[in-house]
Amino acid sequence: MNRASRTTVSTLLIALALAFLSPIYLMLVNSFKDRAELYRSALALPSSYSFQYYSKAMDKMNFLTAFGNSLYITIVSVLFVVVLASMTAWMLVRTDDRLSRIIFLVFVSTMLIPFQTLMMPLMQVMDWIRTTLHIPMLNTRGGLIYMNIGFHASMAVFLFHGFIKSVPVALEEAATLDGCSKFGVFWRIVFPMLKTITITVAILDVIAMWNDYLLPSLTLSDKALRTIPLSTFYFFGEFTIQWNLAMAGLTLTIIPVVVFYMFAQKYIIKGIAAGAVK
Amino acid sequence: MSKNNKGWFALFTAPLLLVFTTVVILPFIIGIGYSFVSWDGIPANPKVFVGLDNYATLLQDERFLSSAWRTIEFTVLALVLVNVLGLAISLLVTMKLRVSNAARTMFFLPNLIGGLILGYIWQFIFTDVFKFLGDKTGLDSVFFNWLIHPQTALYAMVIVFTWQMAGYTMIIYIAGIQGIPDELGEAARVDGANLWQRLTRIVFPLLMPSFTICLFLTLSGAFKIFDVNLSLTKGGPNNSTELFAMNIFNEIFGYGNYGLGQAKAIVFFILVAAVTLTQVVITKKKEVQY
Repeated sequence: MNRASRTTVSTLLIALALAFLSPIYLMLVNSFKDRAELYRSALALPSSYSFQYYSKAMDKMNFLTAFGNSLYITIVSVLFVVVLASMTAWMLVRTDDRLSRIIFLVFVSTMLIPFQTLMMPLMQVMDWIRTTLHIPMLNTRGGLIYMNIGFHASMAVFLFHGFIKSVPVALEEAATLDGCSKFGVFWRIVFPMLKTITITVAILDVIAMWNDYLLPSLTLSDKALRTIPLSTFYFFGEFTIQWNLAMAGLTLTIIPVVVFYMFAQKYIIKGIAAGAVK
Repeated sequence: MSKNNKGWFALFTAPLLLVFTTVVILPFIIGIGYSFVSWDGIPANPKVFVGLDNYATLLQDERFLSSAWRTIEFTVLALVLVNVLGLAISLLVTMKLRVSNAARTMFFLPNLIGGLILGYIWQFIFTDVFKFLGDKTGLDSVFFNWLIHPQTALYAMVIVFTWQMAGYTMIIYIAGIQGIPDELGEAARVDGANLWQRLTRIVFPLLMPSFTICLFLTLSGAFKIFDVNLSLTKGGPNNSTELFAMNIFNEIFGYGNYGLGQAKAIVFFILVAAVTLTQVVITKKKEVQY
């Protein structure tokens, strides 16, 4: 391709990308306009920048609490998924017998079950645990974290399993001969080698858990426990829509995602590609 | 396995197996049971065994059947649009232009935002911005409130889903394209193959593994769509865009028909599994080696 046509294609590509992101632009500019200006010129840049709708939306959505809840639930769930799934996958790979193969097969085959097939009986099981074992599974952050771990277990075990199969066993055997326990072998030798796949699992799960609406909506009923998607939902349901306020609220919810994307972009794109191809 | 090893095996796997069993396995088995009873969800009320009645009822449930059809219509449209767009962008982005990385970053961004929030952003666009555009440009046969007509409301959902998923498939197609050796394209070019021939004879056949993955992801994603459905149309107007997942949700938690709703959920599972597995088998067969 010659230089002139490269420039043309480049310009076209950037124009296309900008057009693709126009909904984000529309959300941003209209979060600053008052009602009259919004209906007079929905596409234009705002005539003045006042953050009054932002502070109002922050207040109505209880944004900081929701942000804290989302952050806490996502981080703790992901930590547990990574630790428990890598340990399980390692044992399943290194113990080559029927039981291991059956367990792995069960993990993989349940990946096809849609959430809607499990949601109602899951609530019954959790309610049973709550009433008979007196463990507060419903309407607690801990309960939601427990269910998050369960739902993301198969995918994580599957990804770790595929990766560990390609890790040579020699090092582990040497460490065992030197008197290292299984626990020591895993944490000192194996886990550090799983860095790439750990990042993939963590990124896929962070995105899924951060954005999840349905499971938290079924388990959390306290206002103080709401995550960002939940508080967004109630924010939209509470009053007839004032679009400027709504757009300010939506912009708030997107800021953490964009910040995360800016800092972890390389890992996110690699992780997505790796997670899907496996 | 020695006794010592058995202990380690249990210690490493038991915690996750316990969580997984109570969250996935047990509800799945119990769910099959629930699909054979009639129950309104109130713990004090009896669960009456009705055999296959729920399955017979759902086959005659007009709302359910039309919801199933709409889901299929939505899925087919979304499948085509997401993959055509994702593939086209990935071909442009892999041309080694200076702007490639910036463009890739921008196209992928919507995928990180949750479906619920995407739906709300687009609700504003399809209602107010579209009306605004219609008034300003006079093209009010194109730009009107898309969410008040059943057909355009469904198209609106296709557009939002495409906006969300195109960047995702783009990433996978890019990985596939970068895995094709440059020499193959060069050799074909020397032999006089034009761009279209190089694409259809070399690139696309070698991209079959990527097609398998992308079709699987869009197919299952579209079939199971819920969040965008909830925030964009809420199933309206008049239940016309109430897709499969939302129909199940409403049957159980809205109308309180726990048994019937669970029977629908089981049918849903069987359909999702059958459709996606069939697709993977078909596209896997078309994958070629080089």
